Amino acid sequence: MKITKELTIILGVTVIGEVLNQLLPLPIPAGVYGLFLMLGLLCSGMLKTEDVEGAGKFFLDNMTPMFIPVSVGIIRYLDQIKAVGIPYLLINVISTIIVFMVTGKAAQWMMGRRAER
Amino acid sequence: MKEILTNSVYFGFFLTIGAYLTGLWVKQKLKLAIFNPLLIAVLLVMACLMVTGVDYEVYEKGGNFVSGLLTPATVCLAIPLYKQLRMLKKHLAAVVVGIASGVITSAVCVFLLCKVFQLSHEHYVTILPKSITTAIGMGVSQEAGGIVTLTVLSILVTGITGNMCAQLLCRLARITHPVARGLAIGTSAHALGTAKALEMGEIEGAMSSLSIAVAGLMTVVVVPLVSGWI
Repeated sequence: MKITKELTIILGVTVIGEVLNQLLPLPIPAGVYGLFLMLGLLCSGMLKTEDVEGAGKFFLDNMTPMFIPVSVGIIRYLDQIKAVGIPYLLINVISTIIVFMVTGKAAQWMMGRRAER
Repeated sequence: MKEILTNSVYFGFFLTIGAYLTGLWVKQKLKLAIFNPLLIAVLLVMACLMVTGVDYEVYEKGGNFVSGLLTPATVCLAIPLYKQLRMLKKHLAAVVVGIASGVITSAVCVFLLCKVFQLSHEHYVTILPKSITTAIGMGVSQEAGGIVTLTVLSILVTGITGNMCAQLLCRLARITHPVARGLAIGTSAHALGTAKALEMGEIEGAMSSLSIAVAGLMTVVVVPLVSGWI
């Protein structure tokens, strides 16, 4: 009963996210609309974390395998990939590593500055 | 064989979960970052499809049981974010500066690397939205005149890289604060990285979730500004 209720809430918010995604002309995915809506509901006190936490934990704990089918979809574009595969791979991997380090270092530097004051 | 599997609705579902379980098992046995469960699972499923000759579209029917959970899972990212709201307010300046510098670095990096590899304007705008979540990235690429399927590929390679290397990079760059770790993961490697951040800790997960949304929106603004560079 509790899990059913939690699932209903989460799926309800998801559906509203999907509706917003179709109604508004912005390139924002349904899940991101839903994320902010859920955050708003929690902040306003209309929902308590206990109302969604159990089912929410299941979704969050099992997020990684949800990316498998889309990733396997690359298989359909092997021809296109053969032509540009190596530069794409290098550009993506190198820039990801640099962005990761710059973001982390910049954030940490800002926090350090605050701590010193 | 192919006919029988084609008519099985749960084949794709089973294969996805089974391959992931195998990936987890291999990771546990070998304990090396290169044996990432996601990467192993993806390669295993691809190999299975190639060997059996089953079309991707057939696999996708069952796979959708798993990938369809992604939208509600994204909604659930609000839960750790809400719990860490005080942390977010406390470090607001670091959050904004961190994500903004990441978004700008991403654009500059892609620009320089595309120059190095002498890629055309079309490929440049295809790769630009690589660090953001697929649904936003596809829209940005299309708007800028990129090749959407290759954008999806870039986003996946980026995400898998982030998911695989997050812990190693934190150690190498001495990114020790959980807030900074979460921001780095979410800004560089969107939801796929966030899956890893959630495993590392609640603060990491919350900050990474936030970064997906904020970096995504910032990138929507930044890409049109830099798309004319090549």
